[in-house]
Amino acid sequence: MSLDAIIERHRGREGPLLPILHDVQATVGCIDTAAEAAIAAALNLSRAEVHGVVSFYHDFTATADPRPCLELCRAEACQARGVEAMVAAAEAAAGDRVRLKPVYCLGLCSVGPNARIGDTLHARLDEASLVALIGQA
Amino acid sequence: MTIVRISDDVLALACGADAVAAAFAEVGCTVERVSSWGMHWLEPLVEIDGIGWGPVKPGDVAAILCGTSDKAIGSIADHPFIARQKRLTFARAGRTRPLNLDDYAATGGWAGLNRARALTPVTIIAEVTQSGLRGRGGAGFPAGVKWRTVAAAPGARKYIVCNADEGDSGTFADRILMEGDPFALIEGMAIAAHAVGAQAGTIYVRSEYPHAIAKLNAAIDLAAAIIAPFRLEVRVGAGAYVCGEETALLNSLEGKRGEVRTKPPLPAIEGLFGCPTAVNNVLTIAAVSHIMRPGGGDLYASLGTGRSRGTMPIQLAGNIRHGGLFEAPFGLTLYELIHDIGGGTATGRPVKAVQVGGPLGAYIHPRDFALPFDYEAYAAADALIGHGGITVFDDSVDMGAMARFAMQFCAIESCGKCTPCRIGSTRGVELIDRIRSTPRQADITLLEDLCETLKDASLCALGGFTPYPVLSALKHWPGDFGR
Repeated sequence: MSLDAIIERHRGREGPLLPILHDVQATVGCIDTAAEAAIAAALNLSRAEVHGVVSFYHDFTATADPRPCLELCRAEACQARGVEAMVAAAEAAAGDRVRLKPVYCLGLCSVGPNARIGDTLHARLDEASLVALIGQA
Repeated sequence: MTIVRISDDVLALACGADAVAAAFAEVGCTVERVSSWGMHWLEPLVEIDGIGWGPVKPGDVAAILCGTSDKAIGSIADHPFIARQKRLTFARAGRTRPLNLDDYAATGGWAGLNRARALTPVTIIAEVTQSGLRGRGGAGFPAGVKWRTVAAAPGARKYIVCNADEGDSGTFADRILMEGDPFALIEGMAIAAHAVGAQAGTIYVRSEYPHAIAKLNAAIDLAAAIIAPFRLEVRVGAGAYVCGEETALLNSLEGKRGEVRTKPPLPAIEGLFGCPTAVNNVLTIAAVSHIMRPGGGDLYASLGTGRSRGTMPIQLAGNIRHGGLFEAPFGLTLYELIHDIGGGTATGRPVKAVQVGGPLGAYIHPRDFALPFDYEAYAAADALIGHGGITVFDDSVDMGAMARFAMQFCAIESCGKCTPCRIGSTRGVELIDRIRSTPRQADITLLEDLCETLKDASLCALGGFTPYPVLSALKHWPGDFGR
């Protein structure tokens, strides 16, 4: 979907900015300055206002990262189940090829450590299965 | 034809439920995908004629079907973990297909809404107030009082907003409900809208919950005609923990940075787009759907202890042997929850600490495990129930590191609106690092002073409650701070 089509799809809604940004991020992989300017113009906002929102939320990025991304939960419940001891091996396995992103809670707190790739979640990870997962990402 | 029931909750999926379901389908069984019973150590859990097996792998299928599997747990409903519970909000957990309207109606669905529609808003609010229902998001504010304020506030346009931004580590009850029983939330939203006079409602779900978002959207489509003219939509968060704070959530819905607003004005008076808005947690709203059934309010009020009425969906998480969802009347002690019900730690090592109420909750020492689960009892012990999550740690945990993490998490997630939280959290990380390398009383005094400032001068619970985990760790485990 084009940027114009995304804006058109949501502009009639109350509070259209976040739905627009979600769609742009999902389609393009980032929200760059050109997209910010176009969205600002369409919603009668300043680019500073749009940029303020883009830069506030962890889900939105200014530049695209084409690498596969693995989100690894680093919150308390996964810490209690040993995630921190696996981080060094995960980083080594990821290298520059896979983006390893910390996330704070995936809601599977009784079966951690947990990770997410796209919309697929993985539970009960140990170091070997986490490294294998990164290898397949 | 053998009917095999397997959960399609994301936790079961993450533990391999789809492969198990496919293996049963391959040998000719009919597989029904149901909600999760909440016994997470047994997922993927397989149910045939009320008998359960778990945790099941695809290779177990043949043995289960010929009755020789050693993973049998007997009757699921009679399992001690289930039989000890009093499930009201999670009455359908494990028993119904999440998106099946017939299953929902056959288990008392829409009875609350149908009854509420025949009542005046004043009567509904009185019944919810009488039931003793308090906000399950963490603050424990009486739901009926909030609704009365919204209903009485002047304004032609009003909103009902469901806070489904369940960001606390150690909590997952909102997620299980949205995935497993989405119609219960929708029914509660429709009742709430009728009570406060809202025409439209929004469920704000965190982006970390893609399966809950998909289930809710599908359920809203299926139920649109039933709840009409009330309109309901799902909005997706964008990875900001602080948006679980109600005013930050409203800003996010309006398309702004998720910064906390000063109160007053209360959202009940000036909320979404400046209109009177009731913001309630998933569990609060879902509870309304059964409270409004005939006799539901009286049943709710008859359970619990003191001013903590009804049931609390407690989440057993972290390093615990039998983790999952345990809904029970208020009043259980931590010892019962962690040892009798949870079976101690998953690693088999001694429990060193538990954190109740998410990242902003206090760490509780095993010597205090007689504490009853009750809003007032926790407040008196400088702790909080929060959203009912209990995260267990064994004796390998370094509590100094956990205190540091609490400050670090606050620094990462601070919205930046108020100075104590924005700057104090980073200064807190530095101070804890300094104490842990060279313990000095002056630095500990400074840390305590910093925590006082965060507590007293922050706008919201992120900065205001981060001192709970920090100070409780410092108080109970001074050795982990090099002292």
